[in-house]
Amino acid sequence: MNAPLPAALDWSLAAHQVLSRHGFSVVGYVPDGGHKRMIELCQADARMRTVVMTTEEEGVGLAAGAWLGGAKTVLLMQSSGVGNIINALGMLRECRIPALILVTMRGEYGEFNPWQVPMGQATPEVLRAMGVTVQHADSAADVAEQVDAAARLALGSYQCAAVLISQRVIGIKSFEDQTSR
Amino acid sequence: MSLHRRDVVKALLQDRGKVLVVAGLGSTAWDCTAAGDRDLTFPMWGAMGCAAMTGLGLALAQPKRRVLVLTGDGEMLMGLGSLATIGVQKPDNLCVVVIDNERYGETGMQESHTAHGVDLAAMARAAGFASGLLLRDAAGVAALRKAIHETAGPHFAQVKVVAEKIPLVLPPREGALLKTRFRAALLGSAANTE
Repeated sequence: MNAPLPAALDWSLAAHQVLSRHGFSVVGYVPDGGHKRMIELCQADARMRTVVMTTEEEGVGLAAGAWLGGAKTVLLMQSSGVGNIINALGMLRECRIPALILVTMRGEYGEFNPWQVPMGQATPEVLRAMGVTVQHADSAADVAEQVDAAARLALGSYQCAAVLISQRVIGIKSFEDQTSR
Repeated sequence: MSLHRRDVVKALLQDRGKVLVVAGLGSTAWDCTAAGDRDLTFPMWGAMGCAAMTGLGLALAQPKRRVLVLTGDGEMLMGLGSLATIGVQKPDNLCVVVIDNERYGETGMQESHTAHGVDLAAMARAAGFASGLLLRDAAGVAALRKAIHETAGPHFAQVKVVAEKIPLVLPPREGALLKTRFRAALLGSAANTE
């Protein structure tokens, strides 16, 4: 369990390096099993301020305020959390404030919890409906490249971009598996 | 209850110096505009419930500047979790002030939860703010203005005001304009081509 992953499979480390290179300094998150390692990497990074939130919607205000002050924000959330940010996303779009959202997917590839399925299946559509550019990372080796491309698009075009990291990458297969992590 | 919202906001923004201001949607945004439309005021026309967190993001990005969030009771009630989030971050340069008329002013003056005793200041104290004040008079407002400029926060204040319908004084509406003028005034025009 403690043996280091091969670099190509340690997608959190690779994606964290991408975030660091782009200068993201504010990290808003609601804890999620799929983001566990990413959250820990950001917490250990002296150039990143991590902000634990009670609901994902808080992250939209956080990102807007940070950008007003000259800082770049990445938001970490699970697909269920996407449902909590929809109205607030209107602010980022109307103000053309860039933000990057990394979404760990549930309710898709081999989901065991039926309550996760409705929001998981709706996630790409509702993000697109609010003008968010949606990219997919379906393998561990693909995450960093997708995050890099989404970051460039977000910052270069003053938009909100999301990378949906497939449940296939995260690999949670049962409730017991989830809680043992 | 004798305080009038426009007087309170005008007093809090008097000689504001380098204070950065986030104004929550609705009446508090109009109050800030009535006190003088400024580039370094970000008035929100939507995203109800997000004003305090917008203030937190700004306070974290600009730790050397004082940040004042002015918002209404209804707007704050929609984002109560942000009190807990700010309580964890403890930015000493942030002050959240709720102008509390106990009403949803833009939608027909229906009573909000604060009309029924919900104590936002106590919630802020319990969440870990450095102070959480319930204010009802001009002396309290004057002391709050001093705290905004001088003492370590995060501060929270709930200022009880008269429920009244007063003329709208509207800031520019376009979000991109409001954002761009704020960033240019704060970060310099180079921010426009970042």
